[in-house]
Amino acid sequence: MKKAKLTAIIAPTLVTAALLSVTAALAQGAKLSDNAIKIGVLTDLSGVYSELSGPGSVKAAQMAADDFMATNAAYKGKVQVIGVDHQNKADVASNKAAEMIDRQNVDVLMDLPTSSAALAASEVAKGKKIPVMVVTGGTTALTNEKCSKYTFHYAYDNFMLANGTGTAVTKRGGNSWYIIYPNYAFGQDLDRQMTAAIKENGGKLVTPSDATPFPNTDFSSYLLKAQSLKPKIFGTMQAGNDLVNVVKQYNEFGLKKQGIGLGIGLLFETDVAALGQDAYAGALATVPWYWNLDQRSRDWTAKFEKAFGKKPTWAQAGVYSATMTYLQAVSRAKSDNGDAVVKALEGYRFSDFFARSAYIRPQDHRVTLDVYTVQVKAKAQAKEAGDIFTKVATIPSAKAFAPVAETKCKF
Amino acid sequence: MNTQLLLIQVFNGLVNGAFYALLSLGLAVIFGMLRIVNFMHGALYMLGAFTAFALGQAFGLGFWPALILAPLIVGALGMLLERTLLSRLYGLEPSYNLLLTFGLTLLTQDLVKQVMLSQFAVSSAPYTTPDILTGVVNLGSVVFPKYRLFVIALTLVICLVTWFVIEKTRVGAIIRASTENPSVTRSFGIDVSKWVTGVFGVGVGLAGLAGVLAAPIYSVEPYMGAELIITTFAVVVIGGLGSILGSVVTGFAVGVLAAVGAAIYPPIANTLVFVLMAIVLLVRPSGLFGLPEGTR
Repeated sequence: MKKAKLTAIIAPTLVTAALLSVTAALAQGAKLSDNAIKIGVLTDLSGVYSELSGPGSVKAAQMAADDFMATNAAYKGKVQVIGVDHQNKADVASNKAAEMIDRQNVDVLMDLPTSSAALAASEVAKGKKIPVMVVTGGTTALTNEKCSKYTFHYAYDNFMLANGTGTAVTKRGGNSWYIIYPNYAFGQDLDRQMTAAIKENGGKLVTPSDATPFPNTDFSSYLLKAQSLKPKIFGTMQAGNDLVNVVKQYNEFGLKKQGIGLGIGLLFETDVAALGQDAYAGALATVPWYWNLDQRSRDWTAKFEKAFGKKPTWAQAGVYSATMTYLQAVSRAKSDNGDAVVKALEGYRFSDFFARSAYIRPQDHRVTLDVYTVQVKAKAQAKEAGDIFTKVATIPSAKAFAPVAETKCKF
Repeated sequence: MNTQLLLIQVFNGLVNGAFYALLSLGLAVIFGMLRIVNFMHGALYMLGAFTAFALGQAFGLGFWPALILAPLIVGALGMLLERTLLSRLYGLEPSYNLLLTFGLTLLTQDLVKQVMLSQFAVSSAPYTTPDILTGVVNLGSVVFPKYRLFVIALTLVICLVTWFVIEKTRVGAIIRASTENPSVTRSFGIDVSKWVTGVFGVGVGLAGLAGVLAAPIYSVEPYMGAELIITTFAVVVIGGLGSILGSVVTGFAVGVLAAVGAAIYPPIANTLVFVLMAIVLLVRPSGLFGLPEGTR
């Protein structure tokens, strides 16, 4: 008796639920798994990279989701954003990625600072056929030997940084370098790329690069080594707080006064803010975007600042752009199925406030875009708060990244 | 590796050693007197640096006033913690105060991070070297920052004073007596718990002082103490738990060894101290300057 009663309750519920989801799908003309698009922002919410991506990236993804729903009536109320902390650890990233996909039915993974974490999550997503948009991870392995049909590399990569900065600095006379790099996937890769770019432009390394522990606070022994070697440029491939420590001690040891310039592999706006721009003044770096690039960027920045209370870093702006690009691909594919979205993304050409002349290469899923070599302004030259970069060169989308002929990627 | 550079690395090691020494000195005083394993020491070091930064932001105070005020503020906070929380755990297993201080560490780090992010929009703060100590001293083919030489000198003075007070003065005698045998000391009419609070405050104040000294060298950020404290505990273990002389000598020695090691073979810098710890523990389980339990 009891069993029959239970069935009597359950069966109609199930039928109604099924009918509802069918009608919902019909209404919007798209097939969505569990009737929603779930965006998993897998990022560093507590550690060294939490300021440059972290909560700001989650907010940026949420803004993209809101903007997308506002302009696409069919998706109203259907895009959800979940932010999860991967603590910059590959094993945590791997576990969290699996958990988000299996238990929370996430349809795409986004952001992924720290190359090792990005590689780990990409591996997991590949097995589960879920797209990944790596924005803040930098290793070129993502579009080479470790590439995956489901992984897209957005915003920047180590080749683009090294190619932009290495070329610009070497051509401006900084032709002898001593480089230090943090000893993990990102640093090792960036050092390789930077060394290649320097040599290609006729520069040389005065001594082989030194690997430093990651994370690390004291860089004095490397700075002392630089003092005695007297290169024209002291190259640092550190990022986040580690970079702040390097630059602080670079100034403390008086390297600038001795005529040893500073070459920075990866620079975020937050690193400059943490130390004051005078500490970095004159240093060259390459970025995919900065907030006062032009009016379009300023308009978006104003919206972000209103929502988050701070100006965006280029990583956070990149997350907005990547989220929007993903959602538009879902809309074109009329499905959030991994394979369908991948197909809709491949070969796509677009341009938004962040990614100019962007193209998603079908061969290796590198998202190419115009990038900029910038020089840090001295505080006295800044016209307003946060005005830190002067554009030195624009590197066009087609030239900014490693040519497709060189990719080692095989899907 | 030329000798000039090696010599400079020794200086450099002395700077790092100065921080290890100041921190482990505080730990040694606290452990030696109170049998508290203060895991919060790294967070209090960070609070020292943060207080110096905050004093500058709020009242425009420079490095010198901060060098006096910040350790006092951190020390007072330490005394408050001892009175309200730690004192309740005396007589219980040491693991309780370890857990408590570890929890407080996490709490402090996140609190500071929240304050930094909400008040200053960054979680790592700029802090400049005082004018008189900026610049470098020319030592032949290499130059060395003046400020770092100052850190070495000041630390040596502080260590000497602390050692002198504890070993040679009446105050030190009372402190030693009240930890050695509280009930007998109490019978002499001495308020032991007040002394205990005071000693904890001083130990914690030393961590605060180290923090202020670190602010112009390292980035002031919520987790700056987390990494340092692990090495510092290794130093304390090598020197012998609770030994004041041991913590100071080992602090400087480990700093120099790690720096020289790093100059010869960079990857070894961060592991050398633990290798040293393993060897010392094998040969002398109570540490280089420690006395085996029961002989004190």
